[in-house]
Amino acid sequence: MTHLPYIAGAYGLFALVASWLGLDARLRLHRTERRLRAVDPRARERATDFRAQDRAQDRA
Amino acid sequence: MDAGTLATTPRSGRGLHRFANPGRFLRLASRVQPFLTWPGLALLLIGLYAGLFIAPPDYQQHDAMRIMYVHVPAAILAETGYWALAAASLVSLVWRHPLADLAAKEIGPVGAGCALLCLASGSLWGKPMWGAWWVWDARLTSVLVLFFLYIGHILVIRAFDDPERGYRAAAILALIGAIDLPIIKYSVVWWNTLHQPASLTLTGSPTIAWPMLWPLLLCIVGASLCFGAVVTARLRAAVMERRIATLLRAQAEQAG
Repeated sequence: MTHLPYIAGAYGLFALVASWLGLDARLRLHRTERRLRAVDPRARERATDFRAQDRAQDRA
Repeated sequence: MDAGTLATTPRSGRGLHRFANPGRFLRLASRVQPFLTWPGLALLLIGLYAGLFIAPPDYQQHDAMRIMYVHVPAAILAETGYWALAAASLVSLVWRHPLADLAAKEIGPVGAGCALLCLASGSLWGKPMWGAWWVWDARLTSVLVLFFLYIGHILVIRAFDDPERGYRAAAILALIGAIDLPIIKYSVVWWNTLHQPASLTLTGSPTIAWPMLWPLLLCIVGASLCFGAVVTARLRAAVMERRIATLLRAQAEQAG
């Protein structure tokens, strides 16, 4: 394969940036979900009972 | 929003505000996210593998053209991301949609990552083909400006003590910066540039042979789905962070 260092550099950089963005988003989401449950123990029920929230919003 | 306000909101605004409900957004986002993440990752990995090992080398550029499978999706997403950021900023300024501010804030770093990747992979492609890591070509310079616009947007949001003022200023910057997008697109037409013209257009047939094209299409679709998945995850986290802040404030007021 010609120009291998350039190709490897481009693919490596892509893997680095994509994994950083993906992992950062995933870890942040998990951390926030955990914090929300810690702040309000009922948050899990309320936060996932979206249908009830939708109905309440539509009634308003 | 109370019932009176809702009754006087124009039809388009009412439709938008339907999705301003954080609960509705979180429900929709948590359902959509797996359909973005897993097909996106699968398509991207297949596309990258095919681009590296299956696609034939170019008769002029030889194997260096394989950088295209990284560079083109990054370039498309950097531009599309800025369109989305500008659209969110417009919605934020016109309708004061509460999720639009957060969407613009969360698109910024992901778009900046794509712009950086586009510039870096372009540089790695330019060195063996043009003999230089960087040239002050119209296309390259306009993409560099796009990267600075993303960075400026991120910094402006954080520059104000009052987040609302930060969001307003960043939205105005994003809308003014949108003028760079047609410049990027037409830079290869308006000026005599080293950068080649677009090989893929919405109106014309592609100028790439099919054996090289199909991995590129997989990479573009896969990377777009992954971009959507990352922005959705960040936005879900941002909505929950706002909820945590509200709950903590309410608890502090109760305790005080």
